[in-house]
Amino acid sequence: MKPKITVALAGNPNSGKTTIFNELTGARQHVGNYPGVTVEHKEGFCRHDGVSLKIVDLPGTYSLSAYSAEELVARNFIVNEKPDVVVDIIDASNLERNLYLAVQLRELGVPLVLVFNMSDVARARGFQFDLEKLSRFFGARIVETVGNRGSGMKELLTAVIETANTAEKSGKSGKPFIRQMDYGRELEPEIARLEELIRERGVLRKHFDARWLALKLLENDQELLTQIEDQEIRAQARESASRIEEILGESAETAIAGARYGFISGACQEAVRSTIEIRHTISDRIDSVVTSRIFGLPLFLALMYLVFQLTFTLGNPFMDWIDGFFGWLGETVVGFWPAGSESLLQSLVVDGIIGGVGGVIIFLPNILLLFLAIAILEDSGYMARAAFIMDRLMHKIGLHGKSFIPMLIGFGCSVPAIMATRTLENRRDRLVTMMVVPLMSCGARLPIYALIIPAFFPQAWHAPMLWTIYMIGIGLAILCAKLLRLTVLKGESVPFVMELPPYRLPTIKGILIHMWERGWLYLKKAGTVILGISILLWAMTSFPELPAAQKQHFSRQRQELQQRLPAGEALAERLAEIDNRENEAALRNSFAGRIGQTLAPILKPMGFDWKIGTALIGAFAAKEVFVAQMGIVYAVGEADEESETLRAKLTRTYTPLIGFCIMLFCLISAPCMATIAITRRESNSWKWALFQLGGLTTLAYLVTTAVYQAGLLCGLG
Amino acid sequence: MKEELVMPLTVIQVGRRVRLVAVKAGQGLRSRLTAMGLVAGVEIEVLKNNGKGPFLVEVKGCRVMLGRGMAQKIIVK
Repeated sequence: MKPKITVALAGNPNSGKTTIFNELTGARQHVGNYPGVTVEHKEGFCRHDGVSLKIVDLPGTYSLSAYSAEELVARNFIVNEKPDVVVDIIDASNLERNLYLAVQLRELGVPLVLVFNMSDVARARGFQFDLEKLSRFFGARIVETVGNRGSGMKELLTAVIETANTAEKSGKSGKPFIRQMDYGRELEPEIARLEELIRERGVLRKHFDARWLALKLLENDQELLTQIEDQEIRAQARESASRIEEILGESAETAIAGARYGFISGACQEAVRSTIEIRHTISDRIDSVVTSRIFGLPLFLALMYLVFQLTFTLGNPFMDWIDGFFGWLGETVVGFWPAGSESLLQSLVVDGIIGGVGGVIIFLPNILLLFLAIAILEDSGYMARAAFIMDRLMHKIGLHGKSFIPMLIGFGCSVPAIMATRTLENRRDRLVTMMVVPLMSCGARLPIYALIIPAFFPQAWHAPMLWTIYMIGIGLAILCAKLLRLTVLKGESVPFVMELPPYRLPTIKGILIHMWERGWLYLKKAGTVILGISILLWAMTSFPELPAAQKQHFSRQRQELQQRLPAGEALAERLAEIDNRENEAALRNSFAGRIGQTLAPILKPMGFDWKIGTALIGAFAAKEVFVAQMGIVYAVGEADEESETLRAKLTRTYTPLIGFCIMLFCLISAPCMATIAITRRESNSWKWALFQLGGLTTLAYLVTTAVYQAGLLCGLG
Repeated sequence: MKEELVMPLTVIQVGRRVRLVAVKAGQGLRSRLTAMGLVAGVEIEVLKNNGKGPFLVEVKGCRVMLGRGMAQKIIVK
């Protein structure tokens, strides 16, 4: 008996695979990505009857061809890693379609266990299975489960261990594990011929079963064809395929698929009885409202509004707690240094690390809630309907309905939005969506608008102004998506096929695990990338320090004041003023300030001066930093969007046109560093991340310059 | 004889059941459709066909959404 068994979970999307994985492994999971592709790799552990099992959750697939990253990952894992047992999770209420994958797994010759999941639903629909017969047809043990109630898990593990043991024994005796399916008179001779040749040549024998390889070559599997250099085998495959086409009048690939479905439907006729025919299920009834022409869109919009409302209102108290915690932490750390001995290290820890990382972690409650809502919508089956409803509109800009979901999340935060593009199968669609997501004005940009709008515009204009900014973002996103589809990411829009799974009550365990997985990724990022860049930005605004002579000048002024004025509010105010002036001088002298001054001539066409330039550098770390940076630049000490003095100074210094241009530039330009980092990870290339950065910044520059210059011409300056 | 006429799926009205004859698409798409049960000989019921926008069909007991372009390439009788 093996001390440790590796089990791979395969299955169609929506077959309840993840639920079973969660049920088996609980919280003992590890999530990562398969190297080179953004397909999630999940594994977990469990023990049963004294055997420890490693369980790997393969991506959900309908087949094992090589047309999508998911299918390839699943197939390569089985072929290369050789798990001891493969478990195929099958939606028992939808047997025939689900068995298509089972047939292919059987062909791979791996020890197989079939799980008839959702057997309660199947029974309610009047299906009766002769499990013994089906088990013989598929050469695998069959276990019935109800994933969301956790029933059948013990039986499943027992079957897995037994199958692993039998396979080990038969492996030693050298006998093939499972009898193969018969493809019929026309196909079999060609399969045999190719198989023989492959055996003779000993090609790729280490990994693949010869018969399976023969079948795949007949199916014209490009992935495997590129691995075979033997010209004779390639020629034989081509010849056999064309002979089959000649005899049957359809391509070999179609004929093979047809034979598989034929086998399945034969097996089902023998072993499955359907007692009642329920055509119109509850799902159908819900769908008739949810996807209807009249109610579909309003219902969808209402649901989305609810999601945002919940995300932000429920999140706020938690955000206050986190804010309070980091504030307290900062003060406590400051307390370690005796008054008057403020050092660089203190500034680094408090302003750089605690301030920077805290500023990001503060959004964690929002992110968790948003992901919770999305997990519920996904697990219940609604997301697929949302894509259906939006498809028509999205089609006009060359995208699919599915792209709409990430764009919507983008109003909250670009980072989870870009992560959500994973649901798009087509790489081109994914890239287009990723590139335009930052144009959806995220929550972090709101403080900027909240600072600027009241400073320059009368009360009545506030709401329409904000609305205009958001609309400009959406409009530009549509324009850019269209443009990208016509240029860099050209290509026929891929006709798309998607299953609408039946509605299901999501399990609490499932959605919590879902939410936590994504939330954890966010936290990890805050601890690594953002920590690093926070320190860098801190250094840029802190160094080089003011020359000693200037420092002395300020401290002399302070001493003079203290001697001249009695202690009290007036003194504190004057002292603060000096502090602010010192800060301004220090900033002007720092790297960030110098960069701002160097950039000034470039920024001039947009109406920006060096001070705005410096603040924009901060905005790259996180958009909301712009407000704090402006505060420092304008030497008003601690600034926030409510800050009246900062507003007053802005109003005095700039025109409403410049104010509008600042908002416009912040809306469009340089997505924050977190967005760039996530784009780099999700697109798996720096090229696209830099393209996003460069493209959006150029666009921002052009649009803002055009608006500013046009405004000047119209006499709005 | 009318039964034997082949036509693209897009012209089929809601509620009609038809049989799939062929998929006129590249290998990749065909394979994808095959995996979802859309193979020659299978019975398809059209659930939604608004004239514009996506298409909803039932195949082997599951609901599948097809882009209009895709539906155009599916030949039925």
